[in-house]
Amino acid sequence: MNSQTARERILKRLAASGTEHTAVPDADLPQPPSLNAEERVTRLAAMMEAMRTEVHVVDAADWADTFRQLAREKGWRRVLYGPRGPVASPIEAAWSADDGLLPDLVAYSDSVEAFKADLFETIDAGVTSVRGAVADTGALVLWPDAHEPRLMSLAPPVHVAVLDADRIFNSLGEMMAAEKWADGMPTNALMISGPSKTADIEFTLVFGVHGPKELVVLIRQ
Amino acid sequence: MAVFPAHPRTVYFFGTCLMDMIYPDAGMAAIRMLQREGIRVVFPPEQSCCGQPAYNSGFPEEARAVARRQLRAFSKNYPIVVPSGSCAGMLKHHYPHLFDGQPESRDVQWFSSRVFEFSEFLVRVLRIRLTDLGPPVRVTWHGSCHGRREMGVTEDSKSLIRQLKRVELTEIEREYECCGFGGTFAVKQPAISTAMVQDKVEDIRKTGASRVISGDCGCLMNITGAMEAQGIAITGQHLADFLWERTNG
Amino acid sequence: MAEPIVHDFHAEVEKALANRQLRANFRFAMGNMIEKRKALFSDPVELEALRAAGQAIRQRALSRLPELLDQLEANCTRNGIQVHWAETSEEANQEVLAILKSHGATRTVKGKSMVSEEMHLNAFLARHGIEAMETDFGEFIIQLTCETPSHIIVPAIHKNRDQIARVFQQKIPGTPYTEKVEELNAVARKTLRTKFFQGEVGLSGVNMAVAETGTLCLVENEGNGRMCTTVPPVHIAVMGIEKVVEKLADVPPILRLLTGSATGQLITTYFNMITSPRREGEKDGPREVHLIILDNGRSRILADPELRQTLLCIRCGTCLNHCPVYVRIGGHAYGHVYPGPIGKILAPQMEGLDKAGVLATASSLCGACGEVCPVRIPIPDLIRRLRNEIVAADDSGAVAGAGGKRDLAETLVWKGWELANLSPALNRLGTRLASAMGQRLPRVGPIKQWTRARRPPVVARRSLHERVRREGGKDE
Repeated sequence: MNSQTARERILKRLAASGTEHTAVPDADLPQPPSLNAEERVTRLAAMMEAMRTEVHVVDAADWADTFRQLAREKGWRRVLYGPRGPVASPIEAAWSADDGLLPDLVAYSDSVEAFKADLFETIDAGVTSVRGAVADTGALVLWPDAHEPRLMSLAPPVHVAVLDADRIFNSLGEMMAAEKWADGMPTNALMISGPSKTADIEFTLVFGVHGPKELVVLIRQ
Repeated sequence: MAVFPAHPRTVYFFGTCLMDMIYPDAGMAAIRMLQREGIRVVFPPEQSCCGQPAYNSGFPEEARAVARRQLRAFSKNYPIVVPSGSCAGMLKHHYPHLFDGQPESRDVQWFSSRVFEFSEFLVRVLRIRLTDLGPPVRVTWHGSCHGRREMGVTEDSKSLIRQLKRVELTEIEREYECCGFGGTFAVKQPAISTAMVQDKVEDIRKTGASRVISGDCGCLMNITGAMEAQGIAITGQHLADFLWERTNG
Repeated sequence: MAEPIVHDFHAEVEKALANRQLRANFRFAMGNMIEKRKALFSDPVELEALRAAGQAIRQRALSRLPELLDQLEANCTRNGIQVHWAETSEEANQEVLAILKSHGATRTVKGKSMVSEEMHLNAFLARHGIEAMETDFGEFIIQLTCETPSHIIVPAIHKNRDQIARVFQQKIPGTPYTEKVEELNAVARKTLRTKFFQGEVGLSGVNMAVAETGTLCLVENEGNGRMCTTVPPVHIAVMGIEKVVEKLADVPPILRLLTGSATGQLITTYFNMITSPRREGEKDGPREVHLIILDNGRSRILADPELRQTLLCIRCGTCLNHCPVYVRIGGHAYGHVYPGPIGKILAPQMEGLDKAGVLATASSLCGACGEVCPVRIPIPDLIRRLRNEIVAADDSGAVAGAGGKRDLAETLVWKGWELANLSPALNRLGTRLASAMGQRLPRVGPIKQWTRARRPPVVARRSLHERVRREGGKDE
């Protein structure tokens, strides 16, 4: 029995099932409260901090200095970034006056096949832009692409996310509709609400399972 | 949304088969409480069982046959007061399903719309006011699953107990959890049912109450049977019986 | 080939009930999950609106199922996801094997997937010399102990901390005994990181598949799901035919209901929406993505208007958490991939009433499950419907194996009950007899079962009927 035959038989049974008579009730979707811009920042920060995210609200003009400061304080030695990504230039500029105490900037410029061991074993933090965020559930929204690949926010033990405050939506539904996601989805759209965690052992929460152990969000205003 | 009639002059009383055989005192107490409020209570002698045991066991034909008898016995336009959340749920919510597509379907809609659980009737139709004449006592409440989930009368029942000034109502932990009766479940899955009732008895014991009050004879039979088997000196009492005892002096 | 082991439900139940550690573990865990869900869904009006919306979305999907599956396949294919269809678990397993073989792969990493449990995929792959490394923490634990999941969401919930510590110490080389969760976590992370790195194929389930865009959606907290679907060069996703939703706008409400009901979370750490393999210019992600769509009896369930509601299920597991039977017997006693209330209606329909019908008796119809189901499956009604099918006079019912358990003795009991309740004379006689026996009701059959743990009920000297007649309620 091959896939094509199975397909035909399954679809034939479904078509004969009478399922088209299933009553579909009318139901309005409950709408989340609509917050203003400032409230959205506050709510997002609160929700994410409750899930062990480190949130900094920074000036758009000098956010990279904050990032540089964090890199020093946290003792990172190798920081991964996308050299053609939206946050690359400010980071490179902030690193240009390297006093020798800054971590190395490592460019994710090759395919993962050439880079995997490095990525898994030597990177302390990955820094990416994000597409936006949603305030009701407290999550970042990423559409990784050629410039900022998927593993940047997964493999290193720390993920630093750079978010513009005016890209915070009330909800996922609102964002999907406003940006017309249905017109074209990326390879992998992603929501991230904090560092990786598990509560599988007697409901005791532990952070840093297979994804990053730390998530740092810089909200640029 | 439930619609509650104004204070009626006459009601039917559906005794339920368990109350009929095991707890007739509670039945008389409920009837007297209604009569005390100036209501004429009609008890059709042809009534028997609501049909739930057969219905839940997978025998809808037999259940329908017995249900038809109840439809005929309670045929006039009086509210039907039922001292059991479980039986009330059957009459109100499951009869329409049981008779779906049957010739009696419309009659059943009308029948079911007249069904009220006892405490719901006292609280929402009669807006009864109770004066406590008894000595201080600590009790706890156990409501049936169908009373809770199908009839939504948990708060009504408890509010009646709370009206009694010298009664301390201590709530049980995991009040929402089934006592394990489930009609034929107790007989078909005795090991699981026993585990459930034993846990329930333990939770009751932990309240320190001297009595457990329930609105359902099935639950009552189950819980008191288990308590007596364990030699636990807590008595079980039907809500109607308890209320009548406290307010009648 | 070994004889298939017949699952003795009653024996397993007795064993579970006698296992104090098991009961304590489940009591703690289920109580916790009940509280978490209640805390999250604190506004009852909002919750009911959300449940209504969830039910409508799922009903809509079922009402258009063949069309949506067709659309899903078209969009997936357009985006480079290869779609395969399987009528049975065996076929699905063969599809997975064929893909693995085409890549010469023997090392796979697996995210949690209940459909793959249905397929017994791991055992199948093992027979073909292929490693299927479970990477979800709970699945990882039970893989070490060669157990099956005991819960749909938290597969190792039956184990407490020191049991897990012992498992790690005994089964993972070089691991000392420790009950510290950070240390246990560190062991799992280290072990699995190597596996993610080396994995040749990643396997996953699908929480929702969006027909409108050909998108596979996955929820998780640990990051293992993303690892399995991003690191290896090949990703294979398996799903049941009912998991499709019509459009992207359907996703947020179902997602909210799923995470809220399953773990009491507003949102999981990660929500992953996969629409294609690695695109031109991208630097990571699998080069091949496959979707296997499995029937395994679902299309038959779909054919019955009432039982079709079984397929609304979004696999949140909250019915298990609220079930007074499940909390006492645990998941393994059911002997089926899906335990708890959803298992009681799914197992008999998938495996046949003759094999799994006993599960439909293991419910007091308390209704706790139906009350919390995020998509309003009327589980008690469906259990009752299956009971009708079990005792039906013939096998013309909708479910396989119907009429299989027709018990002459029980049929007679209910016929007798019917007669007694139709005839006032018989009724009076029966009641008089019972009351005359009083305490001495014969301890046979139901009375015998009852009196194992309870004093028998005392039938009153005078029934309510008689009291009313004598003391005056009125007749008309």
